[in-house]
Amino acid sequence: MPRLLPDARLLTDTGVVFGRYMRATLRSKTNMFFGMLQPLLFLALFGPLLTGFGLGDGSSWQVLVPGLLVQLALLGGSFVGLGIMMDRTLGVIDRMRVTPVSPLALLLGRTLRDAVQLLVQSVLLVLLGLALGLRAPLPGVLLGLAFVAVLATALSALSYGLAMHVRSTPEFAAITNTAMLPLMLLSGVLLPMSLGPGWLDAVSRAVPFRYTVDAVREAFLGHYTSGTVALGTAVTLATAAACLVAGARMFRSAR
Amino acid sequence: MSTPAIRTRALARTFTLKSGPVHAVRGIDLTVPPGEILGFLGPNGAGKTTTLRMLTTLLPPTGGTAEVAGHDLLREPARVRERIGYVAQSGGLDPACAAREELVTQARLHRLPKAAARERAAEVAAGLDLTGLLDRPTAALSGGQRRRLEIALGLVNRPAVLFLDEPTTGLDPGARAGLWDLIRRIRAEHGTTIFLTTHYLDEADALADRVVVVDAGSVVAEGSPADLKRRYAGGPTASLQDAFLAITGRAAPADPAPVAI
Repeated sequence: MPRLLPDARLLTDTGVVFGRYMRATLRSKTNMFFGMLQPLLFLALFGPLLTGFGLGDGSSWQVLVPGLLVQLALLGGSFVGLGIMMDRTLGVIDRMRVTPVSPLALLLGRTLRDAVQLLVQSVLLVLLGLALGLRAPLPGVLLGLAFVAVLATALSALSYGLAMHVRSTPEFAAITNTAMLPLMLLSGVLLPMSLGPGWLDAVSRAVPFRYTVDAVREAFLGHYTSGTVALGTAVTLATAAACLVAGARMFRSAR
Repeated sequence: MSTPAIRTRALARTFTLKSGPVHAVRGIDLTVPPGEILGFLGPNGAGKTTTLRMLTTLLPPTGGTAEVAGHDLLREPARVRERIGYVAQSGGLDPACAAREELVTQARLHRLPKAAARERAAEVAAGLDLTGLLDRPTAALSGGQRRRLEIALGLVNRPAVLFLDEPTTGLDPGARAGLWDLIRRIRAEHGTTIFLTTHYLDEADALADRVVVVDAGSVVAEGSPADLKRRYAGGPTASLQDAFLAITGRAAPADPAPVAI
């Protein structure tokens, strides 16, 4: 019988699944930092190149760090499916599916683990940014981290949904790479899209993550009421909701 | 007569591929009384695993009905899952996870509270001679130990029906014999109904009260091992191998095979 409201069981079940995968992450150091290398390298090796340019208000770090946070959420979130493909092959997923726990709890438990992991990585990224010269108001940074959490959760759910339907790891990697690279470039994670020619700026307005990046940059400048933050919040939440629903559907319908 | 542990009527599954429909299971009728060990036998591709995946709620049937452990498969899949255990061919162990954690988590997924889950894990492990191995990562277990742990995972909810998909594939002869004893003991101690697929005839012969032979998605014969030998292979001294070959027609490619329905 379909239920309209999630019951208390969904929360407990999600907690059990979350605990299992959180412990797995903590067991493996490489897992904990998986996906972090690329944003860190950009920060350390690309960031210093920008310090001489005027990129609008604030320092170049206030432009780059927000972009890298979103990049971390996009990359970290969208590739988590690789992990579930291994579990699928081993039969772990099927074993867990033949219990009273709903598929939604199996999905959400893993997804929350990914959000926690990406938040920890984001905090490290911000701390390294501070060491390199970033200065930003604390509420703005916290708001930025909230954007990362929402985006990471939603993309991770979508990634698991996709991974349950593709046949092989190379196929998954090909689909994800092909989709994520243009989306990332067009959201202006490294430099604001407003610097580009009109056509590029216009194309990037079709990419929802661009609004997330713009909003986090404004938040890092302390401009909370400029409208950019509100628009970014609305677009991010709507995109996240769509990704979550699609991911949950795909996960449920997997055979 | 008590309610059967498993009852199916015209259970069917058709996969739609680009190349056209594949009728993996073509309408299977089964009645399995409680406490029976049923051997579900057939050559590769006969539809054994597809049937098993339907009965364990992993794959929705495209036709027919079924009740498993007292609940309707289509209407109450979650209730079915509460009452069954499933051990897949691939096993379902995370190599990095310790045996105890796998068992406790599985009990928690069956909604036992924390303390009760730990107790149940210890109890099931003791029954399957796994107590000394609980703190090892599953990758550090031998093939036979791993199989026992996988079965333990299928037993944490004290299921009424246990589904085993080719449980002894890949085990050495000693571990196989040990596993057969274990399966008999589970049934003797808990009255568990056991549905096991196999393509080993000696396994069906040694273990099953009743054998159902499937071929190309349909049931082609059923009965006790002795019964099948008498009917299809000419007598009780024949091997189940002879009966199986006569039933599925795999023995005589030159000769029109006897079709037994």
